Amino acid sequence: MTRAVEAITLVPGKAEGQTFVLTEPLSFWGGLDSLTGRIIDQWHPQKNACISGRVLVMKAGRGSSSGSSVLAEAIRRGTGPAGIVLMTRDAIVTVGSMVAVELYGATCPVVLVLEADWDLISRSWGLALEAENPTATLRLLDAVL
Amino acid sequence: MALQLTSFDDELLAGTHGEAAAFSMRLLVRFAEAVGAESFVDIEAAHIDGCLYLGQVSLDFVEHLVRLKGRVRVPTTLNVGSVDLIHPELFRGEEEIGTNGARLMKVHEELGCMPTFTCAPYQTMFRPRFGAQIAWAESNAIVFANSVIGARTNRYGDFIDLCCALTGRAPYYGLHMPENRRAQVLVEVESLPDEWPDAGPACVAVGHTIGKHCGSLIPAITGLPGNTQEDDLKALGAVAASSGAVALFHAVGLTPEAPTVDAAFQGHQPVETIRLTADDLRRTVRNLSTVPDGTPLAGVSLGTPHFSLEEFARLMPLLQGSRPVVDIYINTNRSVLEELGNGGWDTALEAQGVTLVIDTCTYLTAIMRDMSGAIMTNSGKMAYYAPGNIGVDIAFGSLADCMASARAGKVVRQ
Repeated sequence: MTRAVEAITLVPGKAEGQTFVLTEPLSFWGGLDSLTGRIIDQWHPQKNACISGRVLVMKAGRGSSSGSSVLAEAIRRGTGPAGIVLMTRDAIVTVGSMVAVELYGATCPVVLVLEADWDLISRSWGLALEAENPTATLRLLDAVL
Repeated sequence: MALQLTSFDDELLAGTHGEAAAFSMRLLVRFAEAVGAESFVDIEAAHIDGCLYLGQVSLDFVEHLVRLKGRVRVPTTLNVGSVDLIHPELFRGEEEIGTNGARLMKVHEELGCMPTFTCAPYQTMFRPRFGAQIAWAESNAIVFANSVIGARTNRYGDFIDLCCALTGRAPYYGLHMPENRRAQVLVEVESLPDEWPDAGPACVAVGHTIGKHCGSLIPAITGLPGNTQEDDLKALGAVAASSGAVALFHAVGLTPEAPTVDAAFQGHQPVETIRLTADDLRRTVRNLSTVPDGTPLAGVSLGTPHFSLEEFARLMPLLQGSRPVVDIYINTNRSVLEELGNGGWDTALEAQGVTLVIDTCTYLTAIMRDMSGAIMTNSGKMAYYAPGNIGVDIAFGSLADCMASARAGKVVRQ
């Protein structure tokens, strides 16, 4: 049986990928290299990890509002995340993803879940997002061994 | 409650005011839903952060709006770009960034934006009035507009700033609403280091502390030095918006919405009180330097955010004496540059070998000729970002310390 979590759609679209949980908030500007999809924030505990193609799970955004551009650029280049799961509404992340859709038709759905679901989601191996308006479903995937 | 649109908002969405405005309004509606806004408000001005080149998407977005025949509906200033268009020879970075960066700055003018290229638009004739609803982007500009001027903006960022400018509308939420502007955290500066003659270092230390501790909560600060000036508050806000996400602070007795502690808190109680002593301030300032005193310097960088005319006035007496042995860069804007000739200051600066950087900033773009040693600055924001952004060691000090060190060729304190 596949477990599923209900979510609110911030940016619609479909995505599937391995879960990548940000253990601390990350500012995309100064924190993410859009050329490689790697975390370059020297102070971040997950420095050097690559988020490309992963479903990024983050409690909240942080820092510079130029983050919208860095996220949109990463999505354009194909180095960005496949989708983003937020625990708090974040306009910077939402706008970055929306611009990528509007300009390039490249989708990176963004959904909002309850913080109560954090443990369950963050322990999943992979996630499949189906984000429509106004609600989304998030299926928790197990590793295929 | 769902988002309420006026008939004008509906017209914008329907394309009555052009395709670019319709495109912008679509993004704004989605943004408003993401932040939970219930309506839009008219804005008087916008300040655009997105003219700094961050990749092809920066150009694609603006050129798309130009193709749709977009035009700003309110006076719109531009933030720093990737290159100094007045002194293009200063640029030492990659060709793609130089070429596309300059193109991005110019293409914004085709939308009707004004070529101010400054992170301190409040130093120009486009300074908003108290209470004005505006849509400003760039973190130091935002915190200054809200705190020191008392205008009203949220922390807008790339893309949305321009959408607000093209529609003249902003989602009505957050700091646009008076009740959300009350202070939440009380920051009491109990004592000040006697050895600091001007308010600069104390304001940077307080700013850095509130950034770290308050996140996006609104602090009200008491006990700042008696000689605190507007530029000191500029520096305070800039570092608070770097180490945290501060968009508004109240300095009791100094900023317009805080004549008293009670006014700053709108009659509510603080959720938290932070007390800072002289030793706390000294420690914070010390931690902003990544190298010890005595370290050889490769250069000095001032004016991040952009140096004001008043700061040049403070600097001029410190320029008297022997010529500095390391490069000094001062970042400032076109409107201050115009004024510098009036007192012959431009000639005096040139005689001391000072490089004026206009339209951009030394920690954003490759300008400094020598980065083989540490860089000294009186800007907490530069100290916070430069080690990561351009990979240099930083020494932080007062303006007087910076100038004394420029002459000594190493970090010295007065």
